[in-house]
Amino acid sequence: MSQGNERNLALAQEQILTPAGLTEADLDKAFGELMAPGVDAADMYFQASRHESWVLEDGIVKSGSHGLDQGVGVRAVSGEKTGFAYSDEIVLPALLEASTAARAISRSGGQGTVRAWQGTQAPSLYEPTDPLETLSADDKVDLLRRLDAEARAQDPRVEQVIVSLSGLHDVVLVADSDGRLSGDVRPLVRLNVTVLAAQDGRRESGAAGGGGRTGYSFFLESDRCLEYAREAVRQAVLNLEAVAAPAGTMPVVLGPGWPGVLLHEAIGHGLEGDFNRKGTSAFSGRVGERVASPLCTIVDDGTIAGRRGSLSIDDEGTVSQKTTLIERGILTGYMQDKLNARLTGSQPTGNGRRESYAHLPMPRMTNTYMLPGPHDPEEIIRSVDRGLYAVNFGGGQVDITSGKFVFSASEAYLIEKGRVTRPVKGATLIGNGPEVLKQVSMVGNDLALDSGIGVCGKEGQSVPVGVGQPTLKVDALTVGGTEA
Amino acid sequence: MSSMTESSGRARSGLPDKATLEERVEFALNAAKRLGASAAEVSVSVEQGLSASVRRGEVETVEHRRDRGLALTVYFGRCKGSAASADFADDAVQGAVQAACDIARYTSEDPCQGLADPELLAREVPDLDLHHPWDLSVDAAIEQALACEQAAFDTDPAIDNSEGAEVDTHTGLRVYGNSNGFIGGYPASSHSISCAVLGRRGDELQRDFWFSVSRVPEALDSAASVGRRAAERTVARLGSRRVGTTSAPVLFTPQMARSLIGHFVGAVSGGNLYRKASFLVDSLGQPVFAPQVNVHEQPHLPQALGSAPFDGEGVATRSRALVESGELRGYVLNSYSARKLGMQTTGNAGGVHNLSVEPGEADFDELVSGIERGLVVTHLMGQGVNLVTGDYSRGAAGFWVENGEIVHPVEEITIAGNLRDMFRGISAVGRDVDVQGNVRTGSILVERMTIAGE
Repeated sequence: MSQGNERNLALAQEQILTPAGLTEADLDKAFGELMAPGVDAADMYFQASRHESWVLEDGIVKSGSHGLDQGVGVRAVSGEKTGFAYSDEIVLPALLEASTAARAISRSGGQGTVRAWQGTQAPSLYEPTDPLETLSADDKVDLLRRLDAEARAQDPRVEQVIVSLSGLHDVVLVADSDGRLSGDVRPLVRLNVTVLAAQDGRRESGAAGGGGRTGYSFFLESDRCLEYAREAVRQAVLNLEAVAAPAGTMPVVLGPGWPGVLLHEAIGHGLEGDFNRKGTSAFSGRVGERVASPLCTIVDDGTIAGRRGSLSIDDEGTVSQKTTLIERGILTGYMQDKLNARLTGSQPTGNGRRESYAHLPMPRMTNTYMLPGPHDPEEIIRSVDRGLYAVNFGGGQVDITSGKFVFSASEAYLIEKGRVTRPVKGATLIGNGPEVLKQVSMVGNDLALDSGIGVCGKEGQSVPVGVGQPTLKVDALTVGGTEA
Repeated sequence: MSSMTESSGRARSGLPDKATLEERVEFALNAAKRLGASAAEVSVSVEQGLSASVRRGEVETVEHRRDRGLALTVYFGRCKGSAASADFADDAVQGAVQAACDIARYTSEDPCQGLADPELLAREVPDLDLHHPWDLSVDAAIEQALACEQAAFDTDPAIDNSEGAEVDTHTGLRVYGNSNGFIGGYPASSHSISCAVLGRRGDELQRDFWFSVSRVPEALDSAASVGRRAAERTVARLGSRRVGTTSAPVLFTPQMARSLIGHFVGAVSGGNLYRKASFLVDSLGQPVFAPQVNVHEQPHLPQALGSAPFDGEGVATRSRALVESGELRGYVLNSYSARKLGMQTTGNAGGVHNLSVEPGEADFDELVSGIERGLVVTHLMGQGVNLVTGDYSRGAAGFWVENGEIVHPVEEITIAGNLRDMFRGISAVGRDVDVQGNVRTGSILVERMTIAGE
């Protein structure tokens, strides 16, 4: 497995440094510029990426786009201070200029040195494929058309179908002041189907999709892509029948998989190292305390092969890992990048991530999920007299400091006397992060991860993430419907 | 306190000039022509900036930013392809044009595709006074950020922690050209000071922020006043509690009211209309708001954040009424969506430009004093807005009002309704207009919504 990263490092050097005519001696020179006295650590993040997208709408392939981006971000850290500059030209003069700008964070003078360059050993969690090359343009267009036809064949009430396909080939190289050189080649694909259905003047939408760190053939395996089309239609048509959602605090049963966005919002962000170092999180200083019911064990795991939120190495060159955040209800740890780990005397956990070379890294989630519990999902629903069964969600948001979080159900049903009855319209659910998981009274044995669709935003930076959970019951959560 | 030596960041090479960018646009247009494209359009932008943030009296980050991008679309008859590159070198631009042409071979014939109609293109580019660079050293930026945060700490002893204060300045230059002979560009600047602090009372922790943003450095609020306001807003949240599930009038502060107008813009945008993905389909001439609501678009306001002499397709922008006495007077269209709807573009490729809701008579306090029992919303959370149906359900925080007086801060509740009813149920617009955004509005009072809480 350790060969993976050597190969990735070689590929990254070949695709980024070689075309720019940069050698390891040039990196030495740039680090010499960067490592002023007082600079504790520094790194350079080189990136070259290529992406494409295709969109079908009104039954025709309406648009396609292709993009290239490359650059280098240079960071110097002195205590809690960070100097940062970047350039979209990967050439030595630009690298030196960015280094000079970044190191100005520390009082200047003298030049530092770096140790001999050494490669990072990390198992590779995905093939270094260029997804854009894994299907011909004809086949990409054909895929879009098949999904359009599949969706329209499902139900005569389908009025509009929008299918989008996108692929990213992202090559990164991280050089740090410890002399570590790490490379990664990260494929990422995404397919999405949105459907509008109409009946008697009422219109509703549904959407489904998936993806991962792989090539486009992922969508063709067992006709997975057709499932997205059917699922989008099912949701749109179901919503045509939905009645107003209830308003108030009640028991809520969350389905498996994507509803794990609950964990991402309710506790995930609050356990990121930066907020905890600064004491701004509702979870600050609470390691060892009970923050969830004993049924809850929650991990952040960047090591699952091929998943959207996975990384062989993070954006600081740290090898990905599986970090237990909550064990049987007890808070066990935070997610760290290098800066926050160093400032709090802990270890980086492989959670240092950045949107691109033009952004600073910070602690971010990878794939966050709850381990399965003892309960049969049917039994969980039967236990509720009156409540909500929410199986699909849009996004969510959290106020880190107060701990209040929301997530918006897009497919939900009433539970009446232990049975799932009518579908209800979408509604926002609101709760308090440090309290909500204490209200978890049943956890299903049906752990599922989401289909590979998550995007997490923090301080203006977007990164791909995953979530997952088994079916679980929260005894009291506030449902923001209109039926008071 | 931290003192800094002058950063060499300031000495980094400046932005390329307009003529250089125009030359890049022409180069790409010519490349497209050589590859057989019947039409093409190219947009080039460059931006550079500096931001400095401090936290608890110490420098946290100093960022030097410099971005550029070239985006182009080629047409072969009514088929199109697009590409982008961050590299402006000849071979990179040539490569992007080639990629776009390759894509156009696989997209379908669509009669509505194409450049904007030539007669609608801007004939001249009025100077809207949008470019006011701030000659700000790293030291000076840090000094302002420190003053801002210190003012917050000095405002109230309950303020015991901080997410920091930040000063940001950037300038940019954008040039757009197409094969119908249009080429135009203009520089613009934007500067901001912001601050976010935490307040504590017992076990309760709250956070809030404030900011000032302007194209003109001298027009920014003082660093100290931004810090004070951030602190006041944070302290006001201490003591938050829930309220019982009920229905009541809801007063959106100007910053929150902006989001309501944003949902309106989304619902009357061409893309959602031609897909019939809007609850306001076919509503031109219909009463979509309460009769006292008037909304105008004012693209040429000097120095304003949303001003633009032409839109993303080179179409001249014009002042116009979107809503008069509650009735919808116009949609928000680009050339493509306009053709899909059998209409003419409204010069909104890329969005609206300074949308202003006409202020009413009452200020914020007067609006509050008119509420017998209801909610003031100062924070909204989540994405629970469905423009297809108008269904609205979002997390909220703010203040509870009894007999015209704010009685306590509120959190962990939701507000829900349908935008159609909410817009028609607007019973007042305040005169407390906030101009720090592309949508300018005062507070908006919605006569009834469902509040879910305890």
